Order: sequence, then C-alpha cells, then structure tokens
Amino acid sequence: MGKTLVNKSSLTISENGLEKPTSSKRLEVLKTYKIYIGGQFPRTESGRYYVPTNEAGKKLANVCLSSRKDFRNAVVAARGAVSGWSGRAAFNRSQILYRMAEMLEGRKAQFIDELIEQDNTKAKAEKEVNLAIDRLIYYAGWCDKFQQIFSSVNPVASSHFNFSVPEATGVVSIIAPQGDSLLGLVSVMAPVIAGGNTCVILASETKPLCSVTFSEVLHSSDLPGGVVNILTGKIQELASWFVDHMDVNATIYCEKDSNTQKSMREKSALNLKRIFFYDKVNWYSAAGQSPYFILDTQEIKTTWHPVENIASAGAGY
Amino acid sequence: MSVTKKKSRTNPKRENGKSNTIKLKFDTSWSYAPAPESKSAASIKPQYDLFINGEWQKPLSKKYFETFNPATEEKLSEVADAGSADVDKAVKAARNAYDNVWKKMVPKERAKYIFRIARMIQERARELAIIETLDGGKPIRESRDFDVPTAANHFFYYAGWADKLEYAFPNRKAVPLGVAGQIIPWNFPLLMAAWKIAPAIATGNTVVLKTAESTPLTALKLAEIIEESGLPPGVVNIITGAGETGAALVNHPGVDKIAFTGSTDVGKIIQRAIAGTHKKATLELGGKAANIIFDDAPIDQAVEGVINGIYFNQGHVCCAGSRLYVQESIAKEVIRKLKDRMSSLIVGDPMDKNTDIGAINSRSQLETIQKYLKIGREEGAEMYESGCPLPGKGYWCRPTLFTNVAQSNRIAQEEIFGPVLSVLTFRTDDEVIEKANNSPYGLSAGVWTDKGSKIFNMTRRMRAGVIWANTFNKFDPSSPFGGYKESGFGREGGLHGLAAYVTLENV
Amino acid sequence: MGAPSSTLLPQFSLTPRIDQVGVEERAARFTTRSIKKEAKLNGLLLVLNMIDLTTLEGKDTAGKVKQLCYKAMHPHDAYPGLPGVAAICVYPSMVKVAKKAVDGSGIKIASVATAFPSGQAPRDVKIRDTKYAVNEGADEVDMVISRGKFHEGEYNYVFDEIAAIKEACGEARLKVILETGELGTLDKVRRASDIAMHAGADFIKTSTGKIQPAATMPVTLVMLEAIRDFYYKTGKMIGMKPAGGISKSKLAVHYLVMVKEVLGEDWLTNQWFRFGASSLANDVLMQIVKEKTGVYQSANYFSID
Repeated sequence: MGKTLVNKSSLTISENGLEKPTSSKRLEVLKTYKIYIGGQFPRTESGRYYVPTNEAGKKLANVCLSSRKDFRNAVVAARGAVSGWSGRAAFNRSQILYRMAEMLEGRKAQFIDELIEQDNTKAKAEKEVNLAIDRLIYYAGWCDKFQQIFSSVNPVASSHFNFSVPEATGVVSIIAPQGDSLLGLVSVMAPVIAGGNTCVILASETKPLCSVTFSEVLHSSDLPGGVVNILTGKIQELASWFVDHMDVNATIYCEKDSNTQKSMREKSALNLKRIFFYDKVNWYSAAGQSPYFILDTQEIKTTWHPVENIASAGAGY
Repeated sequence: MSVTKKKSRTNPKRENGKSNTIKLKFDTSWSYAPAPESKSAASIKPQYDLFINGEWQKPLSKKYFETFNPATEEKLSEVADAGSADVDKAVKAARNAYDNVWKKMVPKERAKYIFRIARMIQERARELAIIETLDGGKPIRESRDFDVPTAANHFFYYAGWADKLEYAFPNRKAVPLGVAGQIIPWNFPLLMAAWKIAPAIATGNTVVLKTAESTPLTALKLAEIIEESGLPPGVVNIITGAGETGAALVNHPGVDKIAFTGSTDVGKIIQRAIAGTHKKATLELGGKAANIIFDDAPIDQAVEGVINGIYFNQGHVCCAGSRLYVQESIAKEVIRKLKDRMSSLIVGDPMDKNTDIGAINSRSQLETIQKYLKIGREEGAEMYESGCPLPGKGYWCRPTLFTNVAQSNRIAQEEIFGPVLSVLTFRTDDEVIEKANNSPYGLSAGVWTDKGSKIFNMTRRMRAGVIWANTFNKFDPSSPFGGYKESGFGREGGLHGLAAYVTLENV
Repeated sequence: MGAPSSTLLPQFSLTPRIDQVGVEERAARFTTRSIKKEAKLNGLLLVLNMIDLTTLEGKDTAGKVKQLCYKAMHPHDAYPGLPGVAAICVYPSMVKVAKKAVDGSGIKIASVATAFPSGQAPRDVKIRDTKYAVNEGADEVDMVISRGKFHEGEYNYVFDEIAAIKEACGEARLKVILETGELGTLDKVRRASDIAMHAGADFIKTSTGKIQPAATMPVTLVMLEAIRDFYYKTGKMIGMKPAGGISKSKLAVHYLVMVKEVLGEDWLTNQWFRFGASSLANDVLMQIVKEKTGVYQSANYFSID
C-alpha cells in the first residue's frame, strides 16, 4: 500500500494477442488518498494535491490539498450532524467509539505499514497503533460517565431544584498533532466526539496516510456521516479558516508555533469561539488521556425549576 | 370620618361580549405615601484614593473623576483615576502578596479571612445598600433584598471551598494561577465584585479589581471592609478608572488571568489583547434571552416572571429576558396581563422603598435605550409604555414593551440593556426553539409550561448557560452562571466557578 | 340570577395551572411595600370598614352577639367618627338577634349556612338552612362548598349545589367558602374559585376559620387573579373575602396592597372586599390611634368584644 507512486511493469504481447505480464509479479492496486466529508470520500473540490515524502525522500502519495471550500463544506456537514450526534444516548456513542476500536484492531497491519512508511520503526508503529486502539476504548468508556463526574446538583437557598450538566459545545475544528499522526489524531478527536460534538480535523500535513485510512475505520463504525470530517492539506493555508469560521464553536490547535497560536487566539475573538492549545501534551503518556479533555469542549448548562413546599414544609401552602 | 368613596357600583358595560372594553383601574384613590430610605445610615467621603497593598494610596496619575447619583444628577464623590503606573503598582502588590503570603497560607486560614469578610458585609448591609442605590440608581428594595445579601452569601459560599479544593477536581491538584485582573460592570457593582473576588482568593490567587467608571463606591466600601478584616495587604487591590485603566490591567504582563464582565464588544477586544500571552480568561458578556410561554403555562406566574425578567434592575441585566415568545393562542391574554402588571410598577426615586424601577444608570445608557425605542417604532413594532409619572431630574425610562415584533427586527436581536421587552409570537415547539436559538448570544433562557416532558425537551435544546423553567432571574452562589456562544466563556458561581481560577496538575 | 347555560362553562378540570413558588414570590413582594403616614392611616380605616366581625362558636348566645353588634357600630368611642365594620357574621340562629341589634346602622348581617363548617349534609337541608337565614334577615349568606365531592372530581355536583344555594338566597349576596386549607393545592383553589364564580357566587371566600391553614396571602392572590380573569371574561365583578388568620393590621394592609395591585380601584371597598376576622378590629384600632397620637397603644384601652 502506498509503496510508490509509480510501479514499473513491463508488458509484452503474447502470441494469442492477450496482454501478459512478463514476470509472475502481480500489479499492485494503489490507494487513492481522499478526504472525508459528511460520511463520503470526495477529492478536494480544488483538484489540487501535494506530495509528502518520508525522510528517505520517498514520495508517500498524491494527497488532497484541501481548500477553504473543502473546510466550508466540512463545517456544513459537521453542523448538520450536531443535533443527531449530541442527541444520541451517551451509551450509543460509547458503543460507536468501541466499534471504532474494533475496526482499528482489525486493520492494525495496514496502519502499522503506513506508520512505517512514515518513518516509524516497526516497534514504535505497533506501539502507536495499540495505544490508539486503547485510547478509543478509554473514551468509549467515558461517554456515559463524564457527565456524572462533572455535573452537580446545586443546593440553592430558594425553593428551586437546580442542576448543572456539561453539554456539547457544537462544531469543533481541530488541527491535529503533526508528529504522532495516528495516536495524536485519535487522542484529540475521541474526547471531542465522546462529548457529543462534531468536528473537522486537519490531519498531519507531513504524515497524512494513516489519517486518511482512519477515516475508513470511522466509515465502518456506525459513526453517522458528518460527525468526524478529515481533511488533508497545509496548516499555513488553512489555520486561519479553521479559527475564523463563524459557525465553529471551538478550535483545538496542537502545535507549538507561537505566531500561529497568537493569531488563532486573536481570530477566535471574532465569535468568541473557545480555543485550546494542546501543544505540551505527550500523547504517549498517561497525561495524554483524561476526561478533562472532554470537558474542554463542553458547556456547563444550569437549569432551574421551582419546587413546591420546601420553604413551608409541613405548613401546607 | 368615612372611607366611602364616590363612584359607580354598577358593573362596567360589555359591548357584544368583547372583553377588551373592560379595564381595571390601577390609579387608585388609596396610594402609597413616600417611604424614602434615610441617607444618614451611610457615609460617603468626598474623595477616594486607590486601595493598593492594604493602604489608601494617592493616584500617581494625580487625577480624580466624579461619580454621580443618576437619579438626581448630583455629585456624590470623586475617585482616583488609576493610570498605568498605578495599575503597575497594584499588580506588583498583588504579585508580592501572592508569592510571599497568600499562596503559602494554610487554606483553612485563607477560608477564615473570607468568612470574616462575608460577615462584615452583612453587618454593614444597610450602608452598602444605600450607597449602591445612590451611586447606581437601582431601587433600594433590590440593593437591600438582592445585591448586598447575595454578595455576602457569595463570600460565604467560596470561603468554605478554600480548604476543600482536593474534592472539587477528581484526580487532579488545583493550583492557583497567580494574579487575577478583574474588571466589573456598573449594573451590579458590589455583587460583581463579590463574584470576582471570592472565588479568586478562595483558590489562592491575589486580585487587582477595577470598578466600573460610573459605580465605584460600593467596591471602595468593600475595600474598607477588607482593610478592616485584616486581610494581608495586597491580596485584594481595588482600583478605579475608566476603559484605559482596564486596558492597562489587561495588558499588564504581571497578570495571569483576566476575569471580565461587560459588553461582548469589549470582551472581544480583551480576547484579542491577550492573544500570544499565557493569560487565561473568563468572559461574562451580553445576552438577548428568550423567555417562552406555552399555552399550558401557569400564566399569572409566567407574567410575573416576564416582568421580573425584563424590568429587574431597569433591565440592566445581561441575562434579562428581553425576547418574549408567546404561543399565539394566548398572546392577547398575556399581553393584557403584562400591561396590567406594568401599571402597578412604580418608577421613581430609587431610595423610596416602594420604587420598582429606579434610574437609568447614566445619560449615555439612557440615550442608547432611547435610540432603540426609536428604532423599534421605525421598524413598525407597536410600542406601549406604562403611564406612571417620572421625576423631573435624573435619567428615567418607563417600563416599555413592543408588540408586533418580527424576529428580524433589531429590537429582537440586539441587546438594549434597558426596561424594554420585545414580544413575539409562535405556533409550535420546533418553531420557537429555532427562534430562541437564533441569536449570537447564549447566556440565559426561560420556558413556561406545565408539562414536564416539554420542559426537559426545551431546556435541553435551548443553547444557553442558564435556563430557568417556570421561573426567571434566579441567582445563587452555589449555582454556576455563564454563557454559550458570544455571551462569553467560563462559569462564575458554584463548583464550576472554581475552575476559572486554577490550573489542574496531575497527582 | 340563574346559573349560566352549561354549554358556556369552561372545562373545570382544565382551569389555569398555578405555580406555587411563583405565587409565593409574588405574594411576598406585596409585603415589601412600605406603607407609611397618611397611606397607612387611610389603609387602616379602609381595613376597619371591610371587616366582617365574626363570632361562630357553639357557645354563642344572644348576649354575646348583642355585645359584638355594639362593638361593630362603636368600634372605639374614644375616637368618634371612625367607620363601622362592614358586617356581623353569625350562625343562622343568631341572625334575628343581630339584625335587631344593628338596626339602622347600615351594618350588614352575614350568616353562615349550608351545614357550616363541614358542609356534610344533604342538599335539601342546606337549602333550608339558607332559606332560614335569609328569612331571619340575613343580607349575606356564607356557604361552604362540598369539599368531599370536589375531591372526588364531582365538579358538576359542586357547581349545581352552589347554583341552588344562590337561588335560595334570593336578594341576599352569596359568599362561597372554598375552605382552601382542605383543598391541598393552589391548582384546586383556582379550580374551585372558577366553579364558584360561574355557578353564581357574589363573593368567594377562603376559609371557615375552623381549619388550618386558613387565609394566606398566596391563596388569596390566586383567588384575586381568578376574579380578575372572570371579570375580563364576563364583565362581572366578584368580591373576595379572606377569612381566618388575619389578626394584625400590618398583615391586613399587605392584603389591601394585593387588592390594589391585582384588581385596582373598584375592589378597594367593602362592597367587593372583606376580611373575615374577630380580633383584627382591635389591632387596627390600636394602630389608628397610634397614628393619630404618635403613642404606642395598650390593649387595656380597647374593648375586647
């Protein structure tokens, strides 16, 4: 998979006129790396592509160079999916995240190959895939629990019942970690969707292969279209669109570039979207997973309702 | 002596069964005599300096500005105009107190200082209420029964958290941020100071708080209380000034956190200003709350809730229920009841204990409100205001409502921050949810219906941080408050309000 | 008047819902009105003039009733010119005595009837009870509704009974006692109010005074709002009488504030608003004298009938 862009295969014409390989080697079918929007795999609307290479200088693939219009379409898809996804039972979201882990487990070999292609050792690649699977399981378990941990019933001093619960903020745009292209993406995505949000993710620019393949895992996990949308392309080109879209509720940026961080926070003021920089997280460590990541893209909603007969209990009304 | 009154005892006539010809008369022969609160229970100095490092310090800027009573347009006092050098001094005092005293203090001792401040606010409640009303124009009934007691309660609530933070954040250690720069608005001057200071110092931070330009006095009284309480110098610094002072505080590199309550426009400026810095922020900004009445609602209580929702504090409330959605089948009845209720609202001297609606906080705010009244009429909405008399001097606005309002009218979209209600109608649940959420704001919302399952449907789907079902404008120190979308981020109050002032470390 | 045609009647099981906490908050708000100086004095005079001075005891005698009637006409002769109370409220057997005692004063005689206070009697007994009181000279009849039937959901029964008593009253004005302390919720208070008004009540009244809680501000507020809605719907004014538990003038003035702000000018008269009370009158008198003299008063100087 994705081994080379061009496979040489010399063909000759046989006596009976049929094409026949000169050797017994089968021609490999190459994979087209497309983007993932609204549960479909379109090419970029721009028709553009770029060619990331690994350290050895080997070309990885013709990867879609997504445009701002792809991002716009992805946000429309993500917005359309919010009410359905956030309205699902937390238990159901949990099952779907678990299903993702199952699917990832089943295609483990492919991911390991791609990670090796993207400059990982076999051992490190295996570790990353294993951790990514475990991380999905971790957040699958949180879906129907974090709300209990972070909710409260507030003992107000009047005759009211009052409780506060976390609730999905809506559409989250994510610029995924560049380095740990699979684990980073899974670690940032999982808490966002576990909490009922939908998202648009810009995958690792230099190591996009397994991000695209991961969208195929998503596609076969009963995840409704539009909940996760994955684009490939250049941070420089897309970062500002990710943070100034008025219909995006929160933005997560996982790199350390301080100029980008500054300009993203400035632009976030446009509609006061919530902005988070996950630039100091080691995704391999225990600190790489936590329900507090879920909490980042939650809003706390407090609901009041009168309660009869508290103040005058025993005294009728 | 007799109390018999001369008037007709016959029932009013009905024309062809049309009930809209029947009117109740609220301009009654028995009326309330003036019941003014005495000013003598409060003392206001002619001039106030800055409260920095536990002392009253003359401003390095050497400048002072005047603060007025909006009900009489009389000068109450003059307060220091803190310049950037003053801000710098205050931040340094706070930093010094943080590094050397407050962060090292045993949490239970920190708690006792805060409890003590709470008690002292209660002891001086009457004086604080009077000054709040004189300086800001709100009715004494509200400062006495709401602002001051709730402020004290807020200190009480957070005091107890100081030595219990390990229970607030499971599996994490809460660490204070350092110096918090806090900027508060003019609508609830003392209460907002309490909302800001109490959680900040309970979690171990120190504070520089800037009051609103037009309402500095109760926060300065609070500074006196803090001084008297023996709180270590520099833990709380209270400075006065206008927007430039606030900007100096926001931009000061020694500040670790900005907590701001005010307009969405200024909130955005702050968010831009702190980009590229380590500063954390919580912003509590504007709103345009939808208040929804269904046809099965407890209508009289809903009407009262709408009245309190929009006319409380002259409508100078970010969570005011300024967009009323009434189901069409009961719209006429609700509007009639609203108008009847408006007739018994008394506008006037905020110091009178019977006043329901006091003075508009400033001339400029009155101009803003009047601008919107004009816009509303030009947009074709029908304006109704109560007929109560207004005092000659001062800034006043009668309780007002607009009917025939469309969703696209500016008076249905923009925050007016005055006693002005826009009434819109709807037919179905889905329609009203869509309209209610059709706003860049998301601070609060209200719903009135007798049906439990509908309440849960509505409260779940409404995009706002505080939802009042069959009630409105309720606040409590234990209850988190704060918005979705452009109403800001972060929560104040309750367990969730602690998060705004700590970072969480792995244990 | 006869009962309105039943086709025009609302579904009483669908009467407006009441939120108790909201009602309590609104009721509490009235108590924050500060009533001072001439407003207080005028209010107190109005209260005095709205009192149904009441004695409803098994041990009532002609002697006791006569003394009460004298008090009604001469509340406090040390200050002549004070208004009298609105009415004397007694059992049917005492109506004749009372009627004679207040003759010519303009003070009305109200009689309880319909097997007061429980109402647990057959309808014909209740009708006879009513007719007896009216024949003895009662200007007003205070009936009780059948709370048992009401709780059973027999709203038509309750309605018909009120209509029948109204008919038996003839010219006498009918006050319908809901006995709110036995109804249990404000929703039911509202429903009972609507039934009573549609069935022909001239007044609706909270309580017999024999059950706790009796009149409260929240209950009275719900009934005043029912009266307001009925008035807007029909154009017909209905009177209101809270009874039992109002013994202090400060509380009575809070009620007056409530009437003023819910129903307005037209109800601020004993034609449309009454207090059912026995000890309230003296407290009001003491406050009136205090307002006039500036000196706090002692009960020793006010006759206790």
